[in-house]
Amino acid sequence: MSILIDENTRVVVQGITGSEGTFHTQKMQEYGTHVVAGVTPGKGGTTHLGVPVYNTVEEAVQNEKANASALFVPPFFAADAIMESADSGVNLVVCITEGIPTSDMIKVKQFLSHKDCRLIGPNTPGVISPGKCKIGIMPGHIHNKGSVGIISRSGTLTYEAVQQVSLQGFGQSTAVGIGGDPIVGQKYIDLLQMFKQDSETEAVILIGEIGGTAEEEAAEYIKQDFPKPVVSFIAGQTAPPGRRMGHAGAIIAGGKGTAKEKMKALQGAGVLVAKSPANIGQEVKNALSK
Amino acid sequence: MKIHEYQAKQILQKFGVKIPQGEVTHSPKQAQKIAEKIGPKVVVKAQIHAGGRGKGGGVKLAENPNQAENLASQIIGMNLVTHQTGPEGKKVKRVLVEEALDIDRELYIGIVIDRALETPVIMASSEGGVEIEKVAAETPELIFKEYVNPATGFLGYQARKLAFKLGLKGDTFKQALQFFQGLYQAFCSSDASLAEINPLLITKQGDVIALDAKMNFDDNALKRHPDILDMRDLDEEEPIEVEASKYNLSYIKLDGNVGCMVNGAGLAMATMDIIMHSGGMPANFLDVGGGVSEEAVKNAFRILVSDKDVKAALVNIFGGIVRCDLVANGIVNAAKELDIKIPMVVRLEGTNVEKGKKILEESGLSFQAASSMKEAAETVVPLAKQ
Repeated sequence: MSILIDENTRVVVQGITGSEGTFHTQKMQEYGTHVVAGVTPGKGGTTHLGVPVYNTVEEAVQNEKANASALFVPPFFAADAIMESADSGVNLVVCITEGIPTSDMIKVKQFLSHKDCRLIGPNTPGVISPGKCKIGIMPGHIHNKGSVGIISRSGTLTYEAVQQVSLQGFGQSTAVGIGGDPIVGQKYIDLLQMFKQDSETEAVILIGEIGGTAEEEAAEYIKQDFPKPVVSFIAGQTAPPGRRMGHAGAIIAGGKGTAKEKMKALQGAGVLVAKSPANIGQEVKNALSK
Repeated sequence: MKIHEYQAKQILQKFGVKIPQGEVTHSPKQAQKIAEKIGPKVVVKAQIHAGGRGKGGGVKLAENPNQAENLASQIIGMNLVTHQTGPEGKKVKRVLVEEALDIDRELYIGIVIDRALETPVIMASSEGGVEIEKVAAETPELIFKEYVNPATGFLGYQARKLAFKLGLKGDTFKQALQFFQGLYQAFCSSDASLAEINPLLITKQGDVIALDAKMNFDDNALKRHPDILDMRDLDEEEPIEVEASKYNLSYIKLDGNVGCMVNGAGLAMATMDIIMHSGGMPANFLDVGGGVSEEAVKNAFRILVSDKDVKAALVNIFGGIVRCDLVANGIVNAAKELDIKIPMVVRLEGTNVEKGKKILEESGLSFQAASSMKEAAETVVPLAKQ
């Protein structure tokens, strides 16, 4: 098993004919992901990268039985594209786009609360279940099939964690980037609940960063209801308050959202918190050899 | 993005929020003229982005137009130091000259996005004129909150609840409702991330007026608000950060002496952290983007070394889909072209990492290659101390 995506996932790529969409669709195909359709309004009826292109997601779902969407749409059009997918019966939307206004995401979340659709991102590298399926822009080859689940707000820092896990001789069940924006679709808790049910996942790495309270909420959940070992690292221990550190969501505002608070909450929940990012792999080994 | 008080007030006024009569100027003579028009008693307020202006001596009461001119000439050009400017302070370029009002009560109202509940929250307090974080920490029961349902917006009963809790009555109560709704409309219509009125003034005559105003905006939404984007004041930002933003690089100046250049925001923060754990301090945050183009590397290097505090640099690139040999070529070309003298430790990881390392070694430049983040940090920290 794995969570969110596997060998049966059928992907429609929204924005497939754009340069980013084209490049990463090719990489996904090379990895073995079943990309069954693309959507670019106005280009319906054509073929791109050997895949039929439709004008609407609805047609891609009807004709190709797409059940997941990878979204490479410019920021001001992305909210609309997410809602289109959710309204067309796609159960999973992975929104790679960075730079979507927060007010748009508030509307999206309101819309999704009435739909059977999980949103990953925005501003995420995507999701990968090694050996089965990858929806996103992460390098497939660094991942190995295994028993560690990863949930992260970051991109390259997740690759770092993946590599450390691999060097310790472990692999990943599913690695999920939840996105670096203040408002994202699936949060830590949603995915922890899925990892809890996933028999293949034996431990979870939770990579957080400054800003917001998602890590504290996750800590509360882990304390109550998560039986598997969790390893964590929180980036931004040296970040100054009031400054946005690259990610729109990575900001200590009004004294809230510091790495210190998050690390304390997670430690209090029994999570193995790596102080240095170099120790993530070692902590996973410690957790799994207990 | 941040704007000045006078600009925030201009926006708020469009939405029916009452503000004091006043005008902004950079000339003391003009300050006198404004006082003659709206005074005689006026308040002269320094316009800088940082808070705490009053305590720093940047807000003064003038009894008459001549005094307004004197105060304006003192304030304009002064180096205003507040708890938010840092010890170096900020040079004042202009003042807002406003009518002096008779204060009965000083309240607070502010709007932000609550990230956990994913909706705007309107916060009001009877304790205006002090920092709201302080009120929240010491007397949280004096802060009243109303969460907006995004489908309906800020409803009438919610505004009434806040106004009742603030103890407002009669015409003042009615004015407050209009004020709160106007503030909410201004917040939503401009994609603000913060709209804060502190203090919210109740005058002796019972009027409800925004004595101060602060608005910040969602950077991701600015392109659809060209009028607000025009309000950006580059003089209020770190020149080096402005330069970086021209190339879509995310750069933030910090206090240490180890420069760093990293791809990806999370990894960039983690690199700063590991420098600290290795006994050093980072000089900056610098994210060249997940992709890493040769052009981005070159601009990033130029910006990195323009900071005179940087004594050594750490480059940490997780190649991912980008090939390390391409990144290595970018680094070598940039270092040669810019004639970089400081010691540099480079950690490359990802596709074609061996080829990348070879390019660095054969470049003839004084790079030290590291094979892990930890090794890189432990190598660069002593170099920065030399």
